[in-house]
Amino acid sequence: MNQLQNFTKGFFKENPILVLVLGTCPTLATTTSTLNGMGMGIATTFVLIGSNVVISLLSGIIPDKVRIPAFVVIIASFVTIVDLLMQAYTSSLYQALGIFIPLIVVNCIVLGRAEAFASKNTVLSSFIDGVGMGLGFTMALGILGAFREIVGSGTIFGYKFIRGDGILVFILAPGAFWALGYLIALVNRIRRT
Amino acid sequence: MGKTESTFKNMVLSLTFISLGASACLAFVYQMTKLPIEASSMNKKIAAIKQVVPQFSNNPNDEMYRLPTGDGDSLDIYPAKIDGKIVGYAVNTNTQTGFSGNISLMAGFKPDGTIINITVLEQKETPGLGTKMKEPAFKDQFIDKNPADFMLKVKKDGGPVDAITAATISSRAFCHAVQRAYNTVFKEDLPDSSSGLSKTTTETTDTIPNNNNPKD
Repeated sequence: MNQLQNFTKGFFKENPILVLVLGTCPTLATTTSTLNGMGMGIATTFVLIGSNVVISLLSGIIPDKVRIPAFVVIIASFVTIVDLLMQAYTSSLYQALGIFIPLIVVNCIVLGRAEAFASKNTVLSSFIDGVGMGLGFTMALGILGAFREIVGSGTIFGYKFIRGDGILVFILAPGAFWALGYLIALVNRIRRT
Repeated sequence: MGKTESTFKNMVLSLTFISLGASACLAFVYQMTKLPIEASSMNKKIAAIKQVVPQFSNNPNDEMYRLPTGDGDSLDIYPAKIDGKIVGYAVNTNTQTGFSGNISLMAGFKPDGTIINITVLEQKETPGLGTKMKEPAFKDQFIDKNPADFMLKVKKDGGPVDAITAATISSRAFCHAVQRAYNTVFKEDLPDSSSGLSKTTTETTDTIPNNNNPKD
């Protein structure tokens, strides 16, 4: 597999949300607005790139039997770094995302890429895989967040373009499931043709 | 690259090595972000105080003090002064009676107890319903009201406050938090002649002197 494919597969062919359907918990919870969704995506991208690179670097010295604890320590460190950085420099976004930043630790995409890709591939491939997967995740969250924000509160990036309220249910949890379900259905339909 | 074998020694060594590296990185980032995190939370606090009290010349944050609420908790009070004379109090108040989680407000009072303004610091209410407590349509109805003669209760409970549609619980909690702030600062300080205090008895004010230990 060449590097271009490593990069592009995260967007469509193996998109973590829309095709692999991994990490749906933060997806459903944080996409109440475009900005929140994309913020979550970018935070996860940072963790994904960091953990992919470090794990592929260390894959030679980590014995097989303790690889999962080792991966988790590495991932948790990157998540804590993101957590502290966001708290310091983007405190309003940090408050909006709340508990879901620390919960990136248990996001299956991150551990999934570490186990399935980074531990078996070169540092460069792992880096590109992290960037592609992360941006694919960000893209899916951005689309979902934009849809829910437009329909649910009648705003886009916080700017109101309708009078009155939107369809409130799309901001709440059931709307998240509907929006994600239809988005996945749409992507499946496109992939079949 | 040759894979390290899963012997006991290798496993212990590799995990120790990784944990040490991780701790070193985290210690470094923690040191680096410590000051910015403090500064950003400080700025937020000062900005909130500026919104709810009139002009002041002191630094209310430096003169912050705690008063017991009477129910085992205590609130942070930020006195705003011009030339040493108190022109208002900003009270960081909170309540657990909201729909989900803690609601934290900064409420500003004139020295006679009249509400100057209120701003929401933290809330986890239902998006689109309870979160409307942040909007002027709801919170501006408290401005210039004195809880001494303005009952902090929603219309459903017989008070004058217009609750947010479909978010009565959040509206009640908001009133409760403001009431707590008012009770904490003014119940003892005000002269006995102030009318209507007995009407607003959502909680007792029998303060236990040794009970002002900080909440956290």
